[in-house]
Amino acid sequence: MDKKDIKNIEKEMKLANEGLSEKEKTLFSDARPTPVRPLNKYIEKFLNWARAESLWILGYGTGCGAIELRPLMTSRYDMFRYGIAPRPSPRQSSVFVIGGYASLKTIKRIVRSYEQMQGPKFVIALGSCTINGGMYYDSYYTINRIDYYIPVDIYVAGCMPRPESLIAGFNQLKKNIKAGKCDGMNKYAENFDWYKANQKKIIKDWNMPDYNW
Amino acid sequence: MSITTKALYVIISVLVATIYGLTLGGVVRKIYARVHGRYGPPVWQPFIDIIKTHGKSVAISHGIMYYLGPVFRLAGGLGTYLFIPVIFGSVVFSNFSVAGDLLLVMYFIFFGQLGMALGAGEGGHPYSPIGIARGLAQMTVFEVPFALSVIALAIQYNTLNITTIVAAQQGSILNWTVFTNPLAVIAAMISLLGMNMHSPFSIVLAPQEIPIGPPIEMNSSFLATLQTNRGLFGAAKLVLFMNLYFGGAAHANIFVALLIMVLKTFIIYMFSVFVGAAYPRFRPEQSMRFFLKWPTLIGIASIIFVAYF
Repeated sequence: MDKKDIKNIEKEMKLANEGLSEKEKTLFSDARPTPVRPLNKYIEKFLNWARAESLWILGYGTGCGAIELRPLMTSRYDMFRYGIAPRPSPRQSSVFVIGGYASLKTIKRIVRSYEQMQGPKFVIALGSCTINGGMYYDSYYTINRIDYYIPVDIYVAGCMPRPESLIAGFNQLKKNIKAGKCDGMNKYAENFDWYKANQKKIIKDWNMPDYNW
Repeated sequence: MSITTKALYVIISVLVATIYGLTLGGVVRKIYARVHGRYGPPVWQPFIDIIKTHGKSVAISHGIMYYLGPVFRLAGGLGTYLFIPVIFGSVVFSNFSVAGDLLLVMYFIFFGQLGMALGAGEGGHPYSPIGIARGLAQMTVFEVPFALSVIALAIQYNTLNITTIVAAQQGSILNWTVFTNPLAVIAAMISLLGMNMHSPFSIVLAPQEIPIGPPIEMNSSFLATLQTNRGLFGAAKLVLFMNLYFGGAAHANIFVALLIMVLKTFIIYMFSVFVGAAYPRFRPEQSMRFFLKWPTLIGIASIIFVAYF
């Protein structure tokens, strides 16, 4: 392979960022996400334990289900005893709770926030509307299946699920993390083109970089 | 003493302080939870959080200064701690105490925040400059009563060496600065409220209005460094206050002395926790005005008291 081919491949590997103006393109990264290989087996196991015991939620209410998130902080449900805590910035949080239905407007923000989170990152989809659209299945402006757009680790079904079911979902997520089953970040990186195509099919005003670092 | 022994002692000392500071944070979270009627997170939750944030597989950087921000912050915490003798008379915990170390410590308290300001500024998030502006402004004003109180101490004990100040307070509980110069202690304890950034002076990290302020863009290992520093720096400040105002920790048995240190610093910390639990948050300008009014006047009064009475 000569230098020209390598350059062409490198160019193809870079994201086009077509939604941005020429001036903005210089401000954003055009690198693709890459899958991260796990470390040594025992270190990874230990880190997975720590990841499971310290879940920081991205405090972001996307739909009506977010109302079920708040009681978790109160003394009645007390999520802190499980090592779950809210965190205001996507950069620092590790669990993204999709609070119910996502409209076309919110899915853009969901994608953006999800990509800004640092891996390993986990997604809990709350309510029936994230699974199949629920009561909004025939709405012109609502997403039916959230896992077409971002990888989901745990679904909590119900309309609305009570805080207890949400805690049960968190506990199942913990088990899965400890078992090393939650690999959404790598899944997203490996199937990046498929996810992007789905996202771009529905988000018409795409005025952000193709991958939000 | 050989340099290897000293290095070993310093590592032990820093480890003890960091572990103590982080555990204290966990204990306080537990106490808050029990007051709310909750079970609360385990006491070791801060350690798990640090392991987790270090274990993140991706870390986004925004430039060289962004890298250096948490490093400066940790250097500030280490610098503050390493010039404070923790246990009076102990070789292991004497750190790098020198003549005039009090001035160095006061400088290092400010240093970390300045480095953090440069680092967080490069993150580019609009909330971090807001947090930094508030943090630096608040820091400048709470330094005023604290500096006045330290000047009063320097006049009273005729030294700027922390070990000498602790030595002068030995013998009886009545020799403690809190009894010999109560005004200076009141001024300093009020400025401690600002230093610990509990309510009413929690505007810098205000999670509701400016999501956690300066470190908002810090992620992965950057955040873990800041969390580690929070433990170390928190312990350093409390040890400094114990040394200056509450007689320090002195006992022939090192473990008893450590126990005294833990007990005293815990009570000092509880002061800001109680105030924080009872009072709502000040706005930035209210907090500036507050520090420049009564605490400053009390600080000046303490100097006059020491110099002329």
